[in-house]
Amino acid sequence: MSTFLWVIFPYICLAIFVVGHVWRYQYDKFGWTTRSSQLYESKLLRIGSPLFHFGMLGVVAGHFLGLVIPQSLTDRLGLSHEAYHIIALAGGIPAGIAAVVGLAILVYRRRTVGPVFSATTVNDKVMYAVLALVIFLGMWNTIAGSLLTIGGEYNYRDGVSPWFRQIFWFQPDASLMEGAPLGFQLHAFLAFVLFAMWPFTRLVHVFSAPIGYFTRPYIVYRSRDSRPGAATGTRAPKRGWEKVG
Amino acid sequence: MRVMAQMAMVMNLDKCIGCHTCSVTCKQAWTNRSGMEYVWFNNVETRPGLGYPRSYEDQEEWKGGWVRTPAGRLKLRSGGRLNRLLNIFSNPKMPSIQDYYEPWTYDYETLLNAPAQENFPVAVPHSLISGKQMNVEWSANWDDDLGGSRQHAAKDPMLKGIEDKVKMEFDETFMFYLPRICEHCLNPSCAAACPSGAIYKREEDGIVLVDQDKCRGWRMCVTGCPYKKVYFNHKTGKAEKCTFCYPRIEVGIPTVCAETCVGRLRYIGLMLYDADKVLDAASVEDDHDLYEAQRAVFLDPHDPVVQREAEAAGIPGDWIEAAKKSPVWKLISEYKVALPLHPEYRTMPMVWYIPPLSPVVDVIKDTGYDAEDHGNLFAAIDALRIPVEYLANLFTAGDPAPVDLVLRKLAAMRSYMRDINLGRDPQAHIPEAVGMTEEQMYEMFRLLAIAKYDERYVIPSAHGEEAHALEETATDCPVSDYDDELMELSGPFGEGSGRGSATPVAVENFRMLQTRQTSDTLVAGGAKRGRVNLLNWDGKGVPAGMFPDSEKDASVATVDGPAQLDGPHARPDNTAGSDGKVT
Repeated sequence: MSTFLWVIFPYICLAIFVVGHVWRYQYDKFGWTTRSSQLYESKLLRIGSPLFHFGMLGVVAGHFLGLVIPQSLTDRLGLSHEAYHIIALAGGIPAGIAAVVGLAILVYRRRTVGPVFSATTVNDKVMYAVLALVIFLGMWNTIAGSLLTIGGEYNYRDGVSPWFRQIFWFQPDASLMEGAPLGFQLHAFLAFVLFAMWPFTRLVHVFSAPIGYFTRPYIVYRSRDSRPGAATGTRAPKRGWEKVG
Repeated sequence: MRVMAQMAMVMNLDKCIGCHTCSVTCKQAWTNRSGMEYVWFNNVETRPGLGYPRSYEDQEEWKGGWVRTPAGRLKLRSGGRLNRLLNIFSNPKMPSIQDYYEPWTYDYETLLNAPAQENFPVAVPHSLISGKQMNVEWSANWDDDLGGSRQHAAKDPMLKGIEDKVKMEFDETFMFYLPRICEHCLNPSCAAACPSGAIYKREEDGIVLVDQDKCRGWRMCVTGCPYKKVYFNHKTGKAEKCTFCYPRIEVGIPTVCAETCVGRLRYIGLMLYDADKVLDAASVEDDHDLYEAQRAVFLDPHDPVVQREAEAAGIPGDWIEAAKKSPVWKLISEYKVALPLHPEYRTMPMVWYIPPLSPVVDVIKDTGYDAEDHGNLFAAIDALRIPVEYLANLFTAGDPAPVDLVLRKLAAMRSYMRDINLGRDPQAHIPEAVGMTEEQMYEMFRLLAIAKYDERYVIPSAHGEEAHALEETATDCPVSDYDDELMELSGPFGEGSGRGSATPVAVENFRMLQTRQTSDTLVAGGAKRGRVNLLNWDGKGVPAGMFPDSEKDASVATVDGPAQLDGPHARPDNTAGSDGKVT
C-alpha cells in the first residue's frame, strides 16, 4: 500500500500531468485560457485575485525552497536549522494567509455573484475543492506542525523533501513518507491528485504566464498563413476535440 | 522606406441616416453567438452622446491608447510592460458588463402560453448573463437620436470645454451619427497591450486580428484599445474584435457593414504607407500635428519611386494598381476631406471620416436663408463654432482649422454643383476659394455622390497562386467544403469531424456577389451559365437552371444523386469558386 501511495501513484499523476498538458495543448489551444469572469464582477476580484495569485506565487517559491533545495546545501552555506525555520515561516505564513484569504474572497464571489456562479462548471467546482483542501492542509502543516508544534515537531526536510527529490531520480523511498505525520501525507497525496487534474482544468493558464511580453516588440506583424485550412481562428477543428460553443 | 499596404475605410458622415443596418448585418454575420451578446463590432452612435461602451472616449477614466512621455517616447496610457503584468490578475481598468449593457431576452413563453385573461400578458426581460429577471436600463443605443439627451448627451466626453455653449441651445443645435468599427490602426495599442502576443497586424493588408489559439484571456487589449473595439467573449474567455471581414476582403468583396450600408457612405481601398515612419509620426509633440503627421506617413501610389519600393517590398502589381485607384487615397490625400477619428490616441487609426456638413446646413435652412449658397455656408461655418469645435474634438484632437477647411470644401462642392445641375455656368472661383480645381471638385462630387460599387470598393483580392487556401474560394478539394456544406456536416468520424466541418465565414462568395451586382435581373446569372442562386431567387416560379433540361432528364435519370451536381448545367451557384478562376 505504501509503495502504491508514495511511488506508483505519484508517477501516475505526474505522467498524466505531462502527457495531459501536451495533449491539451495539441488539441485544445482554443480552450487554453484563464476563463476570466472579470466582465461580470470587478470589485471583489480586484481584491481577491491579486491576493490569491501573489500569495500562491509566494507559496510556490516557498515549496521550491523547502522541497528542492536539500538541507545539506543550506547547512553547508552556514544556515542553521533555526534560521531556516524562521525564514520559512516568515515568508510562508504571510504568503499562505494571502492565498487563503484571497481564495476565500474568490470562492465567496463565485458563490454569491449570480453570473459568476452560473459560469462555474462542475470541473471548476471539483478543482476548487481539491485546491482548497491542499492549501488548507498546507496551512495546517505550517501553523500546527511547524509553528505551534502540535503533535511534536516534524522536520519535513528529513522526510518529505528527500522523497520528493527522489521522485525525479526515479528512486523514491516510500518509507520516508510513511514516517511523516498524517497532515503531510494528506497534503502530498492531494497535491498529486491536483497535478493529475491540472491539464484538464482551467489551471492550465499557469503555463501561459506571459514572460515573453518583456522581450517581444510591441506590435506583432504576421503574414497571412497560406497553408490550406490554416486561416487564423477559423481552421477546421482537429479531430479528437469537441467543438466549443 | 519600408512600404506596406493597409486596407482602409472612409465613411461619409453626411450620408449616414443612423439606420443601424451595418450594425445588424455585422452582428448577424459575426457576433450572434452566446458569449458575444453584448458585442457590436460595428455600432452607430448618435453624437453628441455617450457612445458605446458608455463614455469610452474618456481616457482619463479608461486609460486607452498611447501617451507621449516628456522624453518623446510612446507609452501605453495604462502603463508599461511590468506594470501590466503586475496587474494581470485583475485588470483595474476593464469596463464591466454594465458599462456595455447587460444583454437580455424576453420570456416569450408566457405570451405564447397565456390563457384568455382580463389583463394583457407581458413578456418579462431576462438577463442573458445571469438568467434572472432584470430591468432594462441601458443598451448599445440607449441615447439613440438624442434620446434622454439632457441626462446622457450632456456627459459626452467630447463636450468638455464647450459644454456650456452646447447646453444653451441644445434643442436647436446639431446631431449626427457616427458608425464605428475597429480602426485597424497602424500603431495598434491593443496589440501592444496583449501579454500573449495574440493580437497581430497582417503584413499583407494591415488587418488587425486576434489569434484565437494564442489568446489566453488576460483582457489587457480591452483596456489598451481607446476605441473599446476589442471585446471579451465571456463564454470562451477570449478576446474578439472586428476582422474587417478578412475572408471577404481576401476575395475582393467589401466588408458586410459596407456591403449592406443603405446610405452607400462607406469607401474601402488600399493605402500604401511607410512603416518606418509610423512610430515617429505617432510621437509628434503637439496633438494637433498628429493628423498631418499621419497623412505624411502615407505614400503616393502614383509616385514611381514608391511603386518601385513597393514592388521591392513584395507588394504585387495588382495591389499597386488598386492603390492608385483607391477611393480612400483620394478622400484622404487628394481631396483631403477625410479625417481620422481621435488622432490624439496616437494609434494611427485607419478608418477615417468625412465630417458632416449637415449641422451647418440645417441651421441655415431653419433661418430661412439659402442653404446651398456658398457665401451663406462659408459664413455659417465661421459663425457656428459649436459644431466645428465639437467635430474638431472628434477628428483633429481639437484643432478647428482642418475641420473648418473640410466643411468649406463640402460647402463649396454643394453650391458649385448646384449651378451645374441647374444648367447655370459653373463658377470657377468657388472651388478656388477652397484650393481646388474645377475638375477636382467635380471628381470629388462624383466619388461622394454617385460613385458605383466598383468605385467605392477597390479591393484587390489576395493572390491567385494562394487562392486555394482562402476561406471563401475553397478550390483545394472540389468535393469537400461547399458541396459537403450543403448536405451534411460530416466527416469520416461522424458529424462534426474532419475537414468537412469547416464553416465558411461568409455564405455568399465572390462570384455570386459579382453576378448579383452586375446583372439587372432579380434572378441573376442563372440562365447564362446554367447556374442558379437560390439566395437571390425571388420566389416566383422555378428558378432558371435549377433543374436540367427536360430532354436531358432521360439520360441523367439513371445517374445517382451527387453525380447530378457534377454537370456544368446543374451546379448550384455556391460552388462557383471551385472553377479556380478567382484571381
